[in-house]
Amino acid sequence: MATVQHVVHDTQGSYEPSLFGTYSKKIGMWLFLASDSLTFGALLFAFSYGKISNPAWPTPFGKESIANATVMTACLLSSSLTMVLAVMAATRGDRSWTRNWLLATMFFGAAFTVLHAMEWTKLLGKNMTPSGNPWSAVPLFGGTFFTLTGMHMLHVTIGVIYLGVIALRKKFLPVLLALWLVGWLVTPASSVFHLGIHVLLVGAVISAIVLFLKPKDYDANDVEVSGLYWHFVDLVWMFIFPLVYLMSTKI
Amino acid sequence: MHDMTAHGESKGTYLYVWGALLLLTAVEVVLAYEQVLAPLHMLMVLLILSVVKAGLITMYFMHLKSELPRMRWLLTVSVMACFALMWIFFFKDAQRVVDLGVK
Repeated sequence: MATVQHVVHDTQGSYEPSLFGTYSKKIGMWLFLASDSLTFGALLFAFSYGKISNPAWPTPFGKESIANATVMTACLLSSSLTMVLAVMAATRGDRSWTRNWLLATMFFGAAFTVLHAMEWTKLLGKNMTPSGNPWSAVPLFGGTFFTLTGMHMLHVTIGVIYLGVIALRKKFLPVLLALWLVGWLVTPASSVFHLGIHVLLVGAVISAIVLFLKPKDYDANDVEVSGLYWHFVDLVWMFIFPLVYLMSTKI
Repeated sequence: MHDMTAHGESKGTYLYVWGALLLLTAVEVVLAYEQVLAPLHMLMVLLILSVVKAGLITMYFMHLKSELPRMRWLLTVSVMACFALMWIFFFKDAQRVVDLGVK
């Protein structure tokens, strides 16, 4: 019978230094973001392919839509500024300002999502669906538009929940559940967001599992890693805004 | 004395980067409103502006500028190579569909 030999390593100095000279969590987040950028890249290319290869590709975004999308862009850019200020405060050990800047980032992120949801509601009201639209016989327009912007909206929502957990820890759970309940009661039953708001409930369950099974005091590294995710969400929008909205204007 | 981060950036630098990003966004919106460029040229200009904005965000806000050069280059080159492959195959093919007159 084979015997298993347990070898106890001396942990002091037994590991090689990091190849990239930084901590593992940050490298892990960068690798995730690299793979996620390819997901968004594929969706953006799918939309752009459809636009180039279909001369009848609709251009439904008028002045009002462009103004709305510009405000959304400003919200995300401002959220990136407040996020980087949160990282700065965390680095100098200022817990109070770290929380304040994180809450400001969440506010801008939530504002972006609400504005985007209003835009979606208007388009759905004009009978634009994932399989068709009233402007042309190109069904791919709705399919690629809703997949791309929906995926981004989901990322922003997950980002707001992520920052909420970092900023408020367990205190964030009742806030998230209240937001879910209010959102569910306020949105009409016919709206796609009446179902979509359940993302907040799923987020609350996952956050609770993380917060109760592995409670910890989030430090400056955690704030920096959450910041990487948030800036990435902003970065992706810097491509969606011009390629989807500005290339399909009707002004 | 300026408030500096561990990455060597000051609050002022972040404000400048934020201002530059807003300015570039305003340029994009003006181009869309004026519609002076043909669609293909417009696409190229918007893409260049987007890449500049993405560069500012990754280098300053995500602090890639202050990471080790091997991490910076590995991430940038690998992701850009994948996008280059997508570009080469997809856009040529999309234009081919139009040139062939496929309805």
